Amino acid sequence: MNGSKSMLKLAAAALSKGLQESPLKSGLAEKGNFCRTVFLTRRYSAECSGKETNPTSKKSDSGEIDVEIPVKFDLHLLESGPSQVTTTNKEELMKIYTDMQIIRRAEIAADMLFKSQMIRGFCHLYDGQEAVSVGLERALSYDDNVITAYRDHGIFLGRGGTVFELFSELMGKRTGCALGKGGSMHLYHREHNFWGGWGIVGTTPPLGAGLAFGQKYEKKPNVTAAIYGDGAGNQGQLFEAQNLAALWNLPLILVIENNHFGMGTAEWRSSKKTTHYDRVSYIPGIKTDGMDVFAVGEAFKLCKEHCLSGKGPITLEADTYRYHGHSMSDPGSTYRSRQEIQGMRQERDPIERVRKIILKEELATNEELKDLDKQIRHEVDEASAKAREAEFPGEEELFANIYKADSGLIVTGCDRKHSKVQMS
Amino acid sequence: MPRLLRHELLMFEALREGLGEEMERDPNVCVIGEDVGDYGGSYKVTKGFSEKFGSWRVLDTPIAENSFTGMAIGAAMTGLRPVVEGMNMGFLLLAYNQIANNCGMLHYTSGGQFTIPVVIRGPGGVGRQLGAEHSQRLESYFQSVPGLQMVACSTPYNAKGLMKAAIRCENPVILYEHVLLYNLKEKIPDEEYTCCLEEAEMVRPGTDITILTYSRMRYHVTQAAKTLVDRGYDPEIIDIRSLKPFDMYTIGESVKKTHRVLIVEECMRTGGIGASLRSAIMESFWDELDGPIGCLSSQDVPTPYSGPLEELTVVQPHQIVTAVENLCGKK
Repeated sequence: MNGSKSMLKLAAAALSKGLQESPLKSGLAEKGNFCRTVFLTRRYSAECSGKETNPTSKKSDSGEIDVEIPVKFDLHLLESGPSQVTTTNKEELMKIYTDMQIIRRAEIAADMLFKSQMIRGFCHLYDGQEAVSVGLERALSYDDNVITAYRDHGIFLGRGGTVFELFSELMGKRTGCALGKGGSMHLYHREHNFWGGWGIVGTTPPLGAGLAFGQKYEKKPNVTAAIYGDGAGNQGQLFEAQNLAALWNLPLILVIENNHFGMGTAEWRSSKKTTHYDRVSYIPGIKTDGMDVFAVGEAFKLCKEHCLSGKGPITLEADTYRYHGHSMSDPGSTYRSRQEIQGMRQERDPIERVRKIILKEELATNEELKDLDKQIRHEVDEASAKAREAEFPGEEELFANIYKADSGLIVTGCDRKHSKVQMS
Repeated sequence: MPRLLRHELLMFEALREGLGEEMERDPNVCVIGEDVGDYGGSYKVTKGFSEKFGSWRVLDTPIAENSFTGMAIGAAMTGLRPVVEGMNMGFLLLAYNQIANNCGMLHYTSGGQFTIPVVIRGPGGVGRQLGAEHSQRLESYFQSVPGLQMVACSTPYNAKGLMKAAIRCENPVILYEHVLLYNLKEKIPDEEYTCCLEEAEMVRPGTDITILTYSRMRYHVTQAAKTLVDRGYDPEIIDIRSLKPFDMYTIGESVKKTHRVLIVEECMRTGGIGASLRSAIMESFWDELDGPIGCLSSQDVPTPYSGPLEELTVVQPHQIVTAVENLCGKK
């Protein structure tokens, strides 16, 4: 019961500091010892009535299971939203559970690999946000485009990338999905229409508009999901891309993974308006509980239908949370309280939610799930070990793929002796 | 022997012809830019196109360089071949992130998975008193971005040829046009042709000195050459055309012949194309040189509005004559 003890301590300290704010209101930064601690948990718990941790479900005779989506969808410029009940079955549930668990275990393994310096540079982990990636894949196919920013490991795995390719790329090995030359922020999967993996905040909406433009130009019956974070919500180029997409009716789903922090800056310190789905007066939007994989799936289904019916772009805001800090260089606890993070894990964890349904509907026993967890952990460890054994790209890769093969020329930089590129 | 059929046109018409031919040839080629459609382009390069190809293939954008360049890059990733027009090259500074980070680098960072066959073109250079912000020379800003190819056209012939080649190229190409050259007149062949993107153009063969130049400065050089020839010099003039990568073969052969080099450019002195070219020539052909490499560039100043001051900013023919006389010795 360590959690409640430290919670009591902090609560007592809060009272003694004379914090007037009820914990139900969003905590504002205050000078003094609490200057960087913000109480966030209660803000969302006010919406969470505890139903998420015990979602209601009902199994029919045919084996189909109706699962309730407790948190209501918020709609903007939409007459009706998705159903608050989704239908699934054992096979789907087990797949969803497995997919999310693979992402979770891969991210935990990446954490350890980073700490043992086998992954360097920047590493932005996705654990906590699994429901967005897996929920997206429930509605979109591999013929639809997905493009995201630097927190891309989960999306890459959702798009069908293997854990081995992921770890290889993170470790800079030649077996990585970008031959080791991209790194954590530059994962790609051409075959399954995953267009990266981009490092600059706000760069994905215009690029996503371009992908959607290509789809419309070639009259493809597909959509593009351009994912960005709440930090990118204030970028000028996002506003520009929204206008372009709406002007030309591009089949673009602007997906905002709102985990409420732009690195160390909470959303209410950076944004005058902290919601995103309703920011544009001419683009409809839907806000969904991003920790509920079924809610995300239903929301994406609605968005895909909207785009394919030629109505233009739509915004999907997923209210989600990242357990880790912004990146491995950020502990994530100087601007958030540990209670908040713990609270999220206890009350809104996406995998726990699905586990509870599986157990409740007796689709698998606790033991079977534990075995599955063990098996996933083993596979992830194996992939990690294999990636560690893999080779680094050779010297010839340094100048390969700068230009696309063309005229058989040798291109040199200013320093003619050293930087030669073979264009053939 | 049948005479080669030729027709006369202005530079902007040559660009238009090249672009139009490519759009007819390949339905994936499209134009994205401000006022390219209904207005016909601010320098009339796309006049008549939206009637012919439709307003989807000749897309009028809002004034949002950052995002429509990004959009063009995203579209190019899917296989389209967009030609992005910067109404003035200087405005593309707003799209610097998209061009430098996304356009140039994606083929590399994705391990070869994606190509970006986009052409970014527009007028740049110092015009007639357009003021500092409208007299930008972007070639120096973009030259160090790996993965980009850069070419500068200077005649109607090479404008059409380079436009076609740039569109067909699999790499992202920046095609630099010059505001003051759009009304140049020349007779070009009737039959289809392209120019090689990576090749330099021999303007005037000679023996005394190699003068390397590009874009509008080519005309200041040829004007200076008239005076130089009168005074007994025999300059070899090469329009380098390819700003990235340099055509070191043509340049090298020339240096081996003349042993003296003068670079004449419109770029700023600091960090310009001349600075890189000087370095490359010195590195590779040190033993061939009889003297230091001269480099005449624009002054490191924001281009002033006032006429006489603007003239002082840019290299003038008499300065080229003096520089050659200094390098070659008096005749």
